[in-house]
Amino acid sequence: MNALSGPALSRRSLLGGGGALILSFSLAPRSALSQSEEAQVSGTGPLPGSLSDFPYLDSWIRIDEDDSITVFTGKAELGQGIRTALIQVAAEQLDVDFSRVVLETADTGQTPNEGYTAASHSMSESGTAILNAAAQVRALLIARAADQLGLSADQLTVDDGVITGGGRSLSYGKLVGPDVLHVQAQPQSPIKDPSTNRIIGKAVRRIDIPAKLTGAVAYVQDLRLPGMVHARVVRPPVYGARLTGIDTSEVETMPGVVQVIRDGNYLAVVARGEFQAIQAMRALAAAAEWGGGIALPEKTEIYDVLKRLPSQESVIQEKGSGGGQGTRIEAAYHRPYQLHGSIGPSCAVGHVDGDRLTVWSHTQGVYPDRDAIAEMVRMPPENVRVIHMEGAGCYGHNGADDAAADAALIATKVPGTPVRVQWMREDEHRFEPYGSAMVVEASAALGESGTITDWVYDVWSTPHSTRPGSAGNLLAANLIADPFQADEPISIPQPAGGGDRNAVPGYDFPNSRVTKHFIRSMPLRVSAMRSLGAYMNVFALESFMDELALKAGADPVEFRLKHLSDPRARDVVTTVADRFGWSDWKRKGPGHGRGFAYARYKNLAVYCAVALEIEVEREAGLVRILRAVAATDSGQAVNPDGIRNQTEGGIVQSASWTLYEEVDYSTDEILSRDWASYPIMRFPAVPGAVEVHVIDRPGEPFLGTGEGSQGPTAAAIANAFADATGRRIRDLPLSPEKIRRTLEA
Amino acid sequence: MTRFTVNDRPFSTETDVETPLLYVLRNELELNGAKFGCGLGQCGACTVLLDGEAVFSCLIPLAALEGRNVTTLEGLGTIDDPGPVQAAFIEEQAAQCGYCIPGMIMRTQGMLNRNPAPSEREIREHLNPNLCRCGTHMRILRAARRAAGKPAGDQAALAERSAT
Ligand code: FES
Ligand code: FES
Repeated sequence: MNALSGPALSRRSLLGGGGALILSFSLAPRSALSQSEEAQVSGTGPLPGSLSDFPYLDSWIRIDEDDSITVFTGKAELGQGIRTALIQVAAEQLDVDFSRVVLETADTGQTPNEGYTAASHSMSESGTAILNAAAQVRALLIARAADQLGLSADQLTVDDGVITGGGRSLSYGKLVGPDVLHVQAQPQSPIKDPSTNRIIGKAVRRIDIPAKLTGAVAYVQDLRLPGMVHARVVRPPVYGARLTGIDTSEVETMPGVVQVIRDGNYLAVVARGEFQAIQAMRALAAAAEWGGGIALPEKTEIYDVLKRLPSQESVIQEKGSGGGQGTRIEAAYHRPYQLHGSIGPSCAVGHVDGDRLTVWSHTQGVYPDRDAIAEMVRMPPENVRVIHMEGAGCYGHNGADDAAADAALIATKVPGTPVRVQWMREDEHRFEPYGSAMVVEASAALGESGTITDWVYDVWSTPHSTRPGSAGNLLAANLIADPFQADEPISIPQPAGGGDRNAVPGYDFPNSRVTKHFIRSMPLRVSAMRSLGAYMNVFALESFMDELALKAGADPVEFRLKHLSDPRARDVVTTVADRFGWSDWKRKGPGHGRGFAYARYKNLAVYCAVALEIEVEREAGLVRILRAVAATDSGQAVNPDGIRNQTEGGIVQSASWTLYEEVDYSTDEILSRDWASYPIMRFPAVPGAVEVHVIDRPGEPFLGTGEGSQGPTAAAIANAFADATGRRIRDLPLSPEKIRRTLEA
Repeated sequence: MTRFTVNDRPFSTETDVETPLLYVLRNELELNGAKFGCGLGQCGACTVLLDGEAVFSCLIPLAALEGRNVTTLEGLGTIDDPGPVQAAFIEEQAAQCGYCIPGMIMRTQGMLNRNPAPSEREIREHLNPNLCRCGTHMRILRAARRAAGKPAGDQAALAERSAT
């Protein structure tokens, strides 16, 4: 395992070993990737997917003389099963057995810089690059074999990496020679006819699961280096507070304590034993005196606060001349701040060895994180290596990069000694950057024929990406004596969008005006959380569609289909309606209801529709999801079970966001510190059944999956609640207290 | 000195008796199965068996362990020979990030030790202390049903629930 091979291993020794083909592995991107993955639109370059940034075939695929095959990706396994899916793609196109391919994931020492593993881009960027690179490598090796055997390519067959023709065989390993794969990819690739696929499209079992379920070293939390010590951090109680006084002498004499670190407002402790570090951290926190700090907004007024804050307005859709005729209805929707809430708090290991720093991190972007860390510790980036090791699921920009920065900074204070920093639960809850609170106002006119004639939609949101570009976006760098200022957050442009992701309706309305109000300031620290603004916009848009359908006296599914022309969109909608049994569904009694919702993520990625059936327990204020049915079209399905797994997960996670979740705070501090003060969904409340139908599109581009189901699930729940009770809740979450209040009113 | 067994092997340590079991398992025994999730008894990532009962190892100090028997994920099976509960989870592909899963497996084992034929409702109640953030619950439930020798699918469970 490379992640464990230790900091002493140089890039050269990694790349040069074993008579491999790689001679001049191109680590420098042809064009630097945008600092914000959320702004990326893939496939815009002349070459497919990430090949446009790394055009050399050997940036992606290496074949050794011993026939071993290594595939490189700059993406990271985040629990989405990408490792398995990318190997399927490579093995299929190379015509080798699945088990023959080894995949190396994000590591600044050896993989391409693919920016962030986010926005459901792994398959469209890395998957597409590997698909094309593998197909071209196969063709190239067949051409070489034809040459050597004096036959034409169509007289040859390939079986598990062995090319045979005229009674003779050559394995790939025998055909590779110096620089054979160090050639630029072509724009067109000889991709195999999808109907002949043996590996792509199969529900191959995830290769990482058995090890994780039997106790192997699988996460950065499990990394143990010789002589490693343990660190814990002590953060200021509020943003901007200053450390006014501390006496560290007692903490320094506690058992096991190696060092107390104070650098400006940055406070941490290093100890030999992990629990010793925790005890010392508690004593240190008790000894610290803080002053000043920035007040948080009144939680009860947050939506007014957001609308009052200065914002940058941009009209992101202007269609028709406006003012369509008909009955007009209006509604406003709200989303509170919400937590990524990784089940394993962030963790990282840092090690300074001479003038080199190595950091093992569950970051989503090893390269951007490496650059930010290098800037913070004032080292040349080439002396810093960031190696991805898995953490618990992150669902976006959580504490990972900040913990990596902690490990880096602390490692520089104890040079020569590897140091593991583990955030406590409270650190993760209080200091991860949240998913932004948002406000939506919508208005539409319904014409006589029961179609929408005019649509006006406004969305207010604070930023959706404050990932490390520069050091200033790392918490530690803001706190040290010579601090770095955070980057000015950017408004992620359409078509992907940030707060306005999926704000443009995917329906055919003759008149539509959609405006984004980008609030640059951050009353609470925020960043990318799974699906960004799409969760809220789809919740609002699809809730509003149901309100309009009700007004029109139309069936919600029929009403949607009436405004939907994209055949693939119609397919997911009708598939779900069929499988759910929408047309002959019967209400069992009061409190029983059903809801439907649909969206195409970012209006350019995965299509997903969800129908669900609920029961509302009035007294307890509880929504019980009896069953959910979803259909998803992710383009060519590489691993249908992986798509089902992520979609089931997205539905359950979104149900938790939608029914329970809201960051709690007073003007003095964040009050959500643990799972008691920030409840999430538990087993007794998870749906009775979840059924996911994968619509495969062989040969079509990969569309990604991970973020398709959250928005539709939220709206389907709200729609089912309205159907069950006759009351609509437009403010997330549909918490027990809010449900009781709504039903009593 | 505290003496107890871990996965049927005797173990003794001089570590401060206030130290929770979790840190001893992870750092002294280098066992990865029990995970740190909250340290507060709120998530179950650290679940192990103590004399066969599922407990939060982040809350149990060494002082409470003298002479007792601890079983961790590693005690149930290996990658080449997974135990029945592990095999059920693998069969159902019950993991996304997988970080919560060792705790889920131990919780399921603890349930089966006490109640080899749990109802759907009992399975859900028994798993209640353990949290999963990836939303893998449906698969975890299928794996738990499979481990209990029941039909794994959601539909059978739905039918069982509405029948009771
Ligand atoms: S880590 Fe023990 S219950 Fe969460
Ligand atoms: S599988 Fe990721 S937390 Fe459960």
